[in-house]
Order: sequence, then structure tokens, then C-alpha cells
Amino acid sequence: MGSALLFLTVYLIYPILNTAYISFLGRSSKEFAGLGNYWYVFTNADMLGALKNNLLWLVLFTSITVSLGVAIAVLTDRVRYEAAAKALVFLPMAISFVAASVIWRFMFEFRPAGTDQIGLMNALLSNLLGFKPVAWLVNTRVNNFALIGVGIWVWTGFCTVILSAGLKGIPVEILEAARIDGASEWRIFWRILLPMMRTTILVVATTMVIIVLKVFDIVYVMTNGNLGTEVIANRMYKEMFNYHHFGRASAIAIILLLAVIPVIVLNIRRFRAQEAVQ
Amino acid sequence: MTGKVGRRLSRSLLHIVIISICLMWTLPSFGLLANSFRSRRDIVATGWWTALKTPFAFTVENYKDVLTGQSHYGEEKASDKSRSILGDIITGQGIGRAFLNSLVISIPSTLIPIVIASFAAYALAWMRFPGRDLLLVIVVGLLVVPLQMTLIPILRFYKGLHLAGTFLGVWLAHTAYGLPYAIYLLRNFFKALPRDLFESASLDGASQFVVFYRIVVPLSIPAIASLAIFQFLWVWNDLLVALIYLGGTRDVAPLTMHISSMMSSLGENWHLLPAGAFISMMLPLIIFSTLQPYFVRGILAGSLKG
Repeated sequence: MGSALLFLTVYLIYPILNTAYISFLGRSSKEFAGLGNYWYVFTNADMLGALKNNLLWLVLFTSITVSLGVAIAVLTDRVRYEAAAKALVFLPMAISFVAASVIWRFMFEFRPAGTDQIGLMNALLSNLLGFKPVAWLVNTRVNNFALIGVGIWVWTGFCTVILSAGLKGIPVEILEAARIDGASEWRIFWRILLPMMRTTILVVATTMVIIVLKVFDIVYVMTNGNLGTEVIANRMYKEMFNYHHFGRASAIAIILLLAVIPVIVLNIRRFRAQEAVQ
Repeated sequence: MTGKVGRRLSRSLLHIVIISICLMWTLPSFGLLANSFRSRRDIVATGWWTALKTPFAFTVENYKDVLTGQSHYGEEKASDKSRSILGDIITGQGIGRAFLNSLVISIPSTLIPIVIASFAAYALAWMRFPGRDLLLVIVVGLLVVPLQMTLIPILRFYKGLHLAGTFLGVWLAHTAYGLPYAIYLLRNFFKALPRDLFESASLDGASQFVVFYRIVVPLSIPAIASLAIFQFLWVWNDLLVALIYLGGTRDVAPLTMHISSMMSSLGENWHLLPAGAFISMMLPLIIFSTLQPYFVRGILAGSLKG
């Protein structure tokens, strides 16, 4: 117990307080900077771009992973090869974001129109559908969506597994009673399944929000935040290692912490409620 | 009649949708696997699907090159012949070395937090002491704290102690980052064990440690296994912690760092990326396919974590 406490204090609790303190200091923490670093975070064009991209990630990534998760859980529930199908979707969870990025680097590979496309996305687009090939990672109109797509590909399996477990927890009798009463499957989904999966959906969605706020690896490996794809966590890394501005980097970290505080409060409340039941 | 036809139609539609989803989730990885066995010239010239027709022209050259960090294409130098491939894999500048580094990083980073967390979880579940509830709330709160919060102070602290760039530094950091989840998961599991078990044991005069060691640990093997798999994959797949605390040194770089630096040095290593990525995926895929139920249980039990 003592060693656990020591680790938590030295590596988590103290650094959090220290980061908060550093965020009010200058570049190398030698002088007091007041709210200067925070001013920078909310006015600098690069930072605003990163915040905007994170918002895009937050909205698209969270809504798509959760709804795909619900859809796949509900659909596979009706077929005999459910376990196999879910395992395939879940598989990317086992590999690193770095490996997933390599996989998608090849999927997104772009060659000029008229030459052989070696990436599957552009091959399908130009050979099968007859469109012009797209430079997925370079074209600033699509590159953020391409990166978010990779994130979705990795995390949908996680959502599916948890939502599927939630789905199995719904008593079969309720669904059968509805079917006997003549309710269509569509109606059952909207009126019974979704409301009954509400808590699970909330848990999964908050997890996705946490994931998305910290998203780093995919962007770092695939574009290194260039061409307008930067996100908050990448920005922090750059402030730390490229510009050696620890005050700004700390201020960015604090922004991340502030963003997850609602989730922390929610988790503690939920935990307390669980404990009260036992 | 129409109802039956309609139902059959919607059944086939259901299968089509599910199978296309499965394809969307497997084709990208399959394409990478196919590419990893193609020659350098083929990889950059044509898509992997063109290699799926006879005559097959697959090769393992990429794997050899990426493992040893030396080119086996073209003419071989006389001095190279005397060296064994195995030697190159272990000591060379290739990904073989990074694979070993990943193992050296991941194994202690999995074992240490589990040992520490199981003691802590036992205390939090079954012992009475002041401040216990507060500690629990802190652990739950820490579950989702972004580890970005801790990077700068710890890195400074490490620089002072010369722990930056060492395996020890990374083991300790991963231990700390893994602890909240490990404690939370094990504590919930321990708490769910029947109370009678502890009462009868302590009536028999067993000490807390004996109860823990003889009763709690053996009963909790499934939970500990889930946790071990989860933590191992987490550390194995980690990039950020390695990047921060290990710096740019090749000697200690794990697979994720090695591959991401291969990716940024565009061009010359392009053809080695698929093989490299696959080597990094091998162990997780084996663990995943053999121990998937444990992995899923670990995720379900702690779905608070992010």
C-alpha cells in the first residue's frame, strides 16, 4: 500500500500540481508570466487551429465510433457468426496506433491521376468509381477526416464490445413481448433497445471523449501535425521538444485537464453510487 | 408470401452489411501483410492486390532487412557473409533490437504495477484505515487524468537523477501510469469475493498477508490475467511515454519509436514499413487471438479508464 501511495504521489499527484504551477511561469520556469501562457494558448493561430481540430475530432470521432458500435452490436446480435465478426472489428485494438498508421499510410497512398494507384482507397476511387485520386493526407480539405477515420477504425471495436455486453443485459422477455404486440424491429430498436442501453452508451461516449482529447500517436506518426492537422496533444509535444517552452506546454496540459474534469466528477459520482448500493 | 420474401431479402441485406463491415476492418491489415512479402520494386510500383494472382512472387527479404537493419538486396559484401543473421538481429541497428527493447520495457512494466496494485487493492478492499475512502476517490479520479499533465515535472526530475533515457525510468513511469486502473480493477474484484472467506480465515488465526497470499491471489487469477494482458499491450503499443522519457536514443528505442522514425525518414525505407509494422503487431495479435476473453473482460471491468 505504501509503495502504491508513493508512486501515485511522485508520478501523478505532485506532477499535476507542479504542472499547474509551471503553467504560470515563463519559457524555462525562471520568471513569473502570469496568464501569458494561457493568453498564448487562446490567441495564437496554431493553437487555435489545434483547438479547432480537436473539436472536429471530438464531434466526429465520438459520434461515429459510438453509433457504429451500437449498429454493429445490434446487427451482429442477429447472426450466428457474431463472435467472429466482433473479433475482426475489435482486432485493431490490439495493435499500436503506430502500426495502424502504417496500415493506413498504405491505404491512403496517392499517385497522380493516370498512373497506377498503389493505395487501395485511391485505386477504388479512380479505377472503380472513375473519380480523380485524392491526396488524403496532404489535401487540407480532407486530411483531418482521413486521420479521424483511422482513429475510428481503431476504436470502434472497443465500443462494439462494451455496447454488445450492454445489449446482452437487456432481458429477452421484453423484446419478445414487444414482437408479439406487433412492434417492428425498427421501432423496437428506437423505443426499447436504445433507451435501455443508455447508461452503457454514456460510459462508452465519455471514454471516447477522454481518448479524443489525448489523441496524439496517429497525428504524430501520419502527418506530424503538418498541413493543418495539429491537435492539442501534438501541440504540447512541440512546445516541449521543438520550442522548449515549458510554460506554454504546461498551460496546454492544464487545458486538457480542465477538459476532463467533468468526466472525473462524473466518474467519482458514479463510483460513489455503486459503492452505496453494495 | 411477400412477408417471407421480404424477410429473406432483409436477412441477405443484414449479411451483406455485416460482411462489408468485416471487410472494411480486415482488408487494410491484410493488404499490409501482403505488401510485407513483396519485393521493394513491386511495393512501390503496384497495389498489393495485384500480387494475389499467380505466379506468386513473394519474398522474405523485407523481413530480413528490417530485422537486421542491413540491406540484403543487391550484391552482398564479403564481410557481411561472415556475420550471422541472428547476431545482426540482436546487436544490429534494425528492428530486431527494437523488438528486444520492447520486451525489456514491457515485461517489468507489466509485473511491477500488478504486484504493487494487488497489495494496494487488497488494503483498499478489506482493511480498515483512516483515509481509505479518500484514497479510493483519488484513484478513481486519477483514472482519466491525461498523462500529459505529468510529463514536464517528471522529465525534469528524471534529468536531475539521470533516469532519462534509461529502462528503469520507463518502467517506473509505466508502473505509475498503470496503477490507478490496476488498483481500481483489482479492488473491485477483491471486494466482490465473499466476506465469509475472510472471516473464517481470520478466525483460524491467519494473518492478513496469509489471507491475501493463500486465498485472495489464487481466486483472482482471472482478474490478474486480464490486467496483465491489458497492461502489457498498453505498454507494448505505447509511443508517447517512450518518446518523452527515452529521448531519441536508438539503443533503447522500442518498436513503436523505431517504426515511427522509419516513417518520418521517408523514401528509402518505405518498402520495409509493412514488414516492420507486422513484426510489431505479431505479439499483440498472438496474445489477442489466444487470450481474447481475458482481454475483453479487462476492458469491460474497467470501462471507466481512458
